[in-house]
Amino acid sequence: MDVGILQPFRSRYSDWIAEALKELDDCFLITDPSICKHPIVFASHRFLQMFGYQMHEVIGENGRMFQGRYTDRRTVLQIREAIREERPIQVEILNYKKDGEPLWILFHLFPVFRKEDGQVSNFVSVHVPIESRSRRKSVPKGLSLGKQWSRGGIIVSGSCRAEISAEEEIMCNLAADYFANTDDSVPEAEHFCEANDVEKQKAIDASKNILSTLIHYSEFTGMLVSGKQCKSLSVSPLSSSLLISLGRIKQSFVLIDPRLPDMPIVYASDAFLCLTDYSKSEVLGQNYRFLNGPLTDVETLNMIKENVEDSQSCSVRLLNYRKDGSSFWNLLHISPVRNSSGKIAFFVAVQILENAQNDKGSLSPEMSQFTVVGAVKVAVRGSSLTSSGLGSSKSRQSTFNHS
Amino acid sequence: MAEMKLTIKRVPTVLSNYQEDGKSETVGCGRSCLGKCCFPVSNFPLYEFKKDTQKHEKGSAVAGKNSPIDFLNTLVLGQWEDRMAQGMFRYDVTACETKIIPGNHGFIAQLNEGRHLQKRPTEFRVDCVLQNFDSKKFNFTKVGQKEVLFRFEPSDGEPRYFEDAKVSPDSSGNVLAINVSPIEYGHVLLIPRVLDCLSQKIDSESFLLAVHMASEAASPYFRLGYNSLGAFATINHLHFQAYYLSVAFPVEKSPTKPISISKSSNKSIGVTVSQLFGYPVRGLVFEGGNTLRDISDMVSAACICLQETNIPFNVLISDSGRRIFIFPQCYAEKQALGEVSQEILDTQVNPAVWEISGHIVLKRKKDFEETSEVHASRLLSEVSLSEERFDEVKSYIFEALGLVAAVDVDEDEVTPGMNNGGAFLSRSSSHITTPFPEGCLVLQ
Repeated sequence: MDVGILQPFRSRYSDWIAEALKELDDCFLITDPSICKHPIVFASHRFLQMFGYQMHEVIGENGRMFQGRYTDRRTVLQIREAIREERPIQVEILNYKKDGEPLWILFHLFPVFRKEDGQVSNFVSVHVPIESRSRRKSVPKGLSLGKQWSRGGIIVSGSCRAEISAEEEIMCNLAADYFANTDDSVPEAEHFCEANDVEKQKAIDASKNILSTLIHYSEFTGMLVSGKQCKSLSVSPLSSSLLISLGRIKQSFVLIDPRLPDMPIVYASDAFLCLTDYSKSEVLGQNYRFLNGPLTDVETLNMIKENVEDSQSCSVRLLNYRKDGSSFWNLLHISPVRNSSGKIAFFVAVQILENAQNDKGSLSPEMSQFTVVGAVKVAVRGSSLTSSGLGSSKSRQSTFNHS
Repeated sequence: MAEMKLTIKRVPTVLSNYQEDGKSETVGCGRSCLGKCCFPVSNFPLYEFKKDTQKHEKGSAVAGKNSPIDFLNTLVLGQWEDRMAQGMFRYDVTACETKIIPGNHGFIAQLNEGRHLQKRPTEFRVDCVLQNFDSKKFNFTKVGQKEVLFRFEPSDGEPRYFEDAKVSPDSSGNVLAINVSPIEYGHVLLIPRVLDCLSQKIDSESFLLAVHMASEAASPYFRLGYNSLGAFATINHLHFQAYYLSVAFPVEKSPTKPISISKSSNKSIGVTVSQLFGYPVRGLVFEGGNTLRDISDMVSAACICLQETNIPFNVLISDSGRRIFIFPQCYAEKQALGEVSQEILDTQVNPAVWEISGHIVLKRKKDFEETSEVHASRLLSEVSLSEERFDEVKSYIFEALGLVAAVDVDEDEVTPGMNNGGAFLSRSSSHITTPFPEGCLVLQ
């Protein structure tokens, strides 16, 4: 477990937040979309008890670790879309405990926004177990005579589950390996369960409790949060879906916003911070020139400037400086990145340390750079693509009134 | 009747820079193409995937964890960006405006004015799903080697990547090439066994190859698609398309109802078959299965049944190969018979797999600005088979697959989709489906 991932959470809500949340008797998780892989940063006592995990087994993992073989794929897609669009969602979903036992959950997720810039600070997911077990009627033949989950599921060990969640891109579950030799029927315990109104209300009440606790503790630090997004800003913040996508890119790069005065850096990857020794707060808002120093070649800088002004990409070799003043040869590639409207939203600047041992082995520096540019382009294009205002999905979330 | 040929004129999309009408080949080759002359003596990057992936999940895990290289980002997108830097595309697709059309389905519309320029209409036979390979027409052996991103080959061991590998004599010759008229970033063509000059026709091994690619990419946003002849494939040389777009497609969000589960044979493979519900195009959804091959074999058997029955269709491989959609369609035939309204024809939209899935590429700014959910639904419902015809086609497929239809499926069985909840989706969707009478039976 990397303690660093808890840092933004603590600094926003103070060091007492964990204690305060432990007081709540609800079953919930809190995640941080600004950190690579969108990890869980808090799990309530009730949650751990219900799912059979220890705190350290859950912190740092992605929330999909509780999904499994019979988790409905479209429900997973619905949740993914809600996160992408930064809106609340309430759905029934089949989760799995650590021992492999399936558990029907009313899953209620909502975003918590930072007041200062409208970015999502955290997502909170409340998990209300569905007791009612009201099954669907008329299950097709072959479905209803299934075997119990325990036939195969119980073999799934904790260590397997840890592996699953470490896996990056995709919801994936090795539980299926252990089901392989059972028959093809969906086990009875895993048939769709619908939550009743009491359970739905319970999820809403829990959400309100958690939100008000978070708001309260954000007042201690002055870094306020809100259940509503403040859209008063002239510049739209990087959406959490963009941050999640960018967080997956391991190489060193920054995003520059050409529409802001003096073209500041608005995103810096962890590898960039590692390369230059600066902290995130020291980098964001700076113009890229802050990496230059006395021996940086002026002509090369002019060439970059011309290309940027012409909205062209360019590759150069540039002497840059770290925070401690030491210099390095930077194989720099800069490329415009367009949003879904086809307009240039950012420039991406990819840094490759010359002669560095490339962890990709055989990849040339150029190909490494293209890899980053490609991933950034699709991330920006996808995350800027949302239904404009009419929020077909937003308006329907009447079940949760986040005030 | 048997003599009658149905044809329509259509502007074929330029998929390759080497696809130029009327240009004769010079003697000898020297063009660095993918033909028998050049391909076997060339070097390409090579990605080897593990052939015997037992589980879906394992396939993805391999791609995510043990893989020597990030398949999707590094190979597909990185190589694609490299070709973009070389100026190999006909236009910058990221400069094309894209928006989500407000409404329940959330159709995705793209304005792409560059894709269809500079071409004259060609006549396509649309009444034959299976046609022989014609080496005189454009095919992918004429593609330049620079358009190839890498070879994609099965292997017995763990996945491996070689930046520069010689084509060995026993290579199957599966290549991934760019589409020079992309409709999204990363738009590529998977061409199985390029030298074998297979016609556009599904076979189980080629289909499995496509499913493997979806699994290796391990992203729900990288989908593969297939258009049969008569369902807007414009090149009769076996190929699948794929691209990356990080939003859910409307069809993926659509509610479904299970219509069959068990296979009558003893072999349990655990693939569920459902039907789309409340989506403008009728289609089947295959999900689950213990292995990639389970779902792949079932879908390819369904496709083979459609081919042999001469029913044009489109296929979408979604969710890293976990969910596969089949849409039998009849638009081209309606078009040839003059049954499609002029208003819809004027948009020149070819409803192929991406359009049917809800990603609609529009050629005219006016259409892009004025488009609405009603409009998009109307276009797509022209593609759909009528309910009666769909049921008939379904019964052919069930028979071919040895499936048993679920008994007594009522509306409670519908799994709620993301946009469920409006009158729009409830009950029968007949009011948004084709206003045309029966008559989609392809002349045989």
